[in-house]
Amino acid sequence: MKEASPAKAYVLHLGVIALLFALSFVLPEYHHGLLARIMVLAVFAMGYNMLFGYVGLLSLGHAMFFSAGLYGAGLAVIHLGWSVPAAFAAGLACGAVLALVIGVLALRTSGVAFMIVTMMFAQVFYLIILYFAAWTGGDQGLVVPQSARVLVLGDTSLGLTNPTVRYMSALVLFSIVLLVTLAVVRSRYGRVLVAIRENEERTKMLGYDTFSNRLAAVVVSGTICAASGAAYALLFGYVGSTFASVQYSILPLLWVLLGGAATTLGPLIGTLFMYYVVDVTSGYTSAYLLIVGIALILLVLFFPKGVLGTIRQRWLGWLP
Amino acid sequence: MHFGPHLLLAALEGLVTSAVLALTALGLSLVFGVMRVVNVAHGELFMLGAVLAWAISTAISGHPALGFLAALVLAPLIVGLIALVAERLVLRRLNYNPEATIVATIGMLYIIQQLALTFYGPEARPVEPPFSYRILLPWFGYSGYKLSIIAASALLLVATWFVLTRTKIGLVMRATQYDSETAQAFGIPVDRVYAGVFALGAMLAAVAAVLIVPISQAHYLMGQDPLLLSFIVVIIGGLGSLRGTVVAAVLIGLSDGIISVFFSPTLAKIIATLLVAMVLVFRPQGLFGTASR
Repeated sequence: MKEASPAKAYVLHLGVIALLFALSFVLPEYHHGLLARIMVLAVFAMGYNMLFGYVGLLSLGHAMFFSAGLYGAGLAVIHLGWSVPAAFAAGLACGAVLALVIGVLALRTSGVAFMIVTMMFAQVFYLIILYFAAWTGGDQGLVVPQSARVLVLGDTSLGLTNPTVRYMSALVLFSIVLLVTLAVVRSRYGRVLVAIRENEERTKMLGYDTFSNRLAAVVVSGTICAASGAAYALLFGYVGSTFASVQYSILPLLWVLLGGAATTLGPLIGTLFMYYVVDVTSGYTSAYLLIVGIALILLVLFFPKGVLGTIRQRWLGWLP
Repeated sequence: MHFGPHLLLAALEGLVTSAVLALTALGLSLVFGVMRVVNVAHGELFMLGAVLAWAISTAISGHPALGFLAALVLAPLIVGLIALVAERLVLRRLNYNPEATIVATIGMLYIIQQLALTFYGPEARPVEPPFSYRILLPWFGYSGYKLSIIAASALLLVATWFVLTRTKIGLVMRATQYDSETAQAFGIPVDRVYAGVFALGAMLAAVAAVLIVPISQAHYLMGQDPLLLSFIVVIIGGLGSLRGTVVAAVLIGLSDGIISVFFSPTLAKIIATLLVAMVLVFRPQGLFGTASR
């Protein structure tokens, strides 16, 4: 990683946020809604990237963190009648606690075993959702009622079903997570994580506690994914067990690989591109899983660094 | 029926499950043991075997045994060929990097599943068993075909064991598994061994699928449960250990039937998956395996 003026990086990121803000006023209705969804899912990808890109831990179970946030927030609204901010906080808390527990257990393993263990825990989480169908709605899922999806700020109340409010809420969440990610990876802590990824033994020898640093990364990553899930439940009003299935553990991996692992903006680019590819092709064929499969293989074969990773390597060394 | 016969019936059904599971898991275990590749598409290769068995047996008219025998020979060969091509085109280019190959085999999983859905369709289709002889036990009659599955599986397992421990091919495979670089230095074509092992693993899954398809049905999503169960068996049995795999398959197959009698299948799956994850966390070498080097 080349050292560069931090100003350049911050200008770029603020520019991206400004661009997304401006797009809100020019995009046609359909793409406006799609982009709001993409921003929320890009947060999921950013959370995944935190662990996969920077610590080098490939998890195949991040759907459980996303759906912990999704169900944490959604069920708090549906069954307990909590307000939107309280439900969002509940979603975050569920994700953080789950990530802590899973982290303590799964980090005892490494490499292939880590992948399988995370996949199995996610499978258990998925089956638990199905088992408690009386509360979770099972594979049918539940709809979060429109009347409950209202954000009260002082005297004004904003309906989250309104497209503009929804877009702006997604943008606020996206911006916060993007800037937090940028700050984290530029911090001392971010460098320790990269050091662990590159050479764990040496980092340990230099006196860093690699286990607790990794555990912290799992919790941060899980919490960000839960934030995405909670926002998804509150903004789009649906919680369902599909979001806990293996497929939703694979998708963030695909998005991050495509956009570029260990780049701050890669997850957004990957999510944006893949979402549009699936959206466009589903007009012609229902076989979108085929495209996901082919994309995964082509990426690992020919393009392992992803879009931004390649750009950083070739031209822009300062890209965070 | 009294308790005794009931238990006997459950045990027989469990043994049939175990027999198929042992073959499938052995394929996964060989590929992991020798190549250090976790083949997530293994379940789809199993499914492909079943779907091909249906296609072949319906294409051949005449006595059902003819179609079944043709399927038993041809389906594994075709699946092995497909695996061979996938290995050459994808896995070899990735240098068998464990993480990259997992991502790539996930890709294969989606591709095979989607192609099966497109060309075979969403229906579940049966294959006629080659013979329908019922063996009369004192309490109930039992399908002779199911017993022959157990026998066929046992035969194949013994054959695999023989090849692995008593032949030159097995020696070469074990040498590659033990230390591929040294094996290469001694003139073993490691590259070709890998290709062969990957194809062999796929063929074992396909054979298992052809055997099971007359009593279950061919369906494009049928690969998911065998994949998870095979993972469980391979982990419990110790990665890459043949004896452990067989013992674990019998254990899982028998207990799967008995647990599902007492608990809901979902709860049984939750408990089983959680237990296996814990085994992997606290005893990564498996219950029967020895500590890895």
